[in-house]
Amino acid sequence: MTQTVRTRRRGPDPRAVRSSAIAIVSTVAVFGLVGWVVVHAPGWPEVQASFFNAQVFWESLPGLLNAFVVNIQLFMIAEVFVLAFGLILAIMRGLAGPVFLPLRIMSNAYTDIFRAIPGVLVIYLLGFGIPGLGLIDPRTDQRIFGIAALTLVYSAYVSEVYRAGIESIHPSQEAAARSLGLSRFQALRFVIVPQAVRRVIPPLLNDFIGLQKDTVLVSFIGVVEIFRYAQIKSAATYNFTPLMGVALVFIVVTIPLIHLVDWLVARDRRGAPVGSTR
Amino acid sequence: MTAEALRIEGLHKAFGELEVLRGIDLVVAEHEVVCLIGASGSGKSTLLRCVNLLETIDAGRIVVEGQDITADGVHLDRVRRHIGIVFQAFNLFPHMSVLDNITLAPRRVLKTPQAAAESQATGLLERFGLADKRNEHPDRLSGGQQQRVAIVRALAMKPDLLLLDEVTSALDPELVAEVLNVIRELAASGMTMLIATHEMGFARDIADRVCFLDAGTIVEQGSPGQILSDPQEARTRQFLQRIIEAGRL
Repeated sequence: MTQTVRTRRRGPDPRAVRSSAIAIVSTVAVFGLVGWVVVHAPGWPEVQASFFNAQVFWESLPGLLNAFVVNIQLFMIAEVFVLAFGLILAIMRGLAGPVFLPLRIMSNAYTDIFRAIPGVLVIYLLGFGIPGLGLIDPRTDQRIFGIAALTLVYSAYVSEVYRAGIESIHPSQEAAARSLGLSRFQALRFVIVPQAVRRVIPPLLNDFIGLQKDTVLVSFIGVVEIFRYAQIKSAATYNFTPLMGVALVFIVVTIPLIHLVDWLVARDRRGAPVGSTR
Repeated sequence: MTAEALRIEGLHKAFGELEVLRGIDLVVAEHEVVCLIGASGSGKSTLLRCVNLLETIDAGRIVVEGQDITADGVHLDRVRRHIGIVFQAFNLFPHMSVLDNITLAPRRVLKTPQAAAESQATGLLERFGLADKRNEHPDRLSGGQQQRVAIVRALAMKPDLLLLDEVTSALDPELVAEVLNVIRELAASGMTMLIATHEMGFARDIADRVCFLDAGTIVEQGSPGQILSDPQEARTRQFLQRIIEAGRL
């Protein structure tokens, strides 16, 4: 025991040095090998020319960023609706009492169905089906249907996140609120939901990330956003590099969010869970 | 004859197969302090939760200040405004400051303007030596301070009747006294209280009447001296014997 302590005082622990050396060597070896295999593959020069063409990349980048503004619009507007609608669904689902059975059934069916259907189909159905009904101006901006479809799909997921948060609040909190004369709705609004939302911020952000990426699906109903723009660009240049540009834009935008989520989760684990009683 | 604050008649409550309360009859006069003693599981907490309508009852009737609160069509939220309860585990709202914990119900339920609610809350906090904690969140307070805040939160609704559910059981021993002193002060100020407690010395000290519960019935009741020193029922004697052996009396 004493000996280990002494060695540690003299300098870095040799075991730690050894394990980081192994980590570095193995990482370099694995990535080096993968890189070497790719670069020496027989078709690499062609792949490089059609996927990683610097000239095409710099030419298409301004247009890509311009088109990405549409994705940001879709994402920001849909997210606001998702946060509100998801909460309403979650609260509907949690209502106790026989009177509320129809609401519970509706909310249950909704979350089941919209989590089951691939999002792109919902986008198709709204984007082509609703104008087809002939009730609204056929020239209505397709982005509106895109936002509506993303809201429908993501609200189903987000309502489950909220519900988990609401159910994680100990019933004694509701008892305390109700014992003071607060109504059921007031107890939810002032006591339960504020605590629940704090607890589920990391999973909510995860759904944010998914929504952000799924905005490219709206291209299927004719909205020219970043992915559609890249397809047009690559058809014009006979080159896939613009699509790699899309990947790069999403990496740059999404990775900070992912790390924010990880950081929040780690922080919650370190400290007392937010909203714990006592 | 003094007015009745609370009258319980033939109260029954079961959780599934388990009968927790089996015919409770109890009357508490205004300004009276009644302590409920008995082993864990004897029904003390359930009785308090029934009086506050946090549990639905199976049979019997509960009358508070002349109103049958178990009758059909009674507005639960209105009844609860007049009955305060303090829980064993404090149940403060962790996302709110002490001040917001206390003013939430007066503002949202009684529609007291914010300034008035805050000055009332500040007055209560000063009275119980918590004025410097008004902007803290509950997790920054000791257990004793949290429980005193919980008592203040109940008092802010100016209840006619205060229910205390083993309010010192979750506290470290050195923090028990500060909470009991608050309750003593409330008793001296004439607050009507129904108190479930394991603190026999405190019950002897503060109670006008002590009720011993066992298996969902009130086995024996009377003055503290009578129940704690000269119990008539065998079950009461056995219970007190165990308490004495545990060094709690």
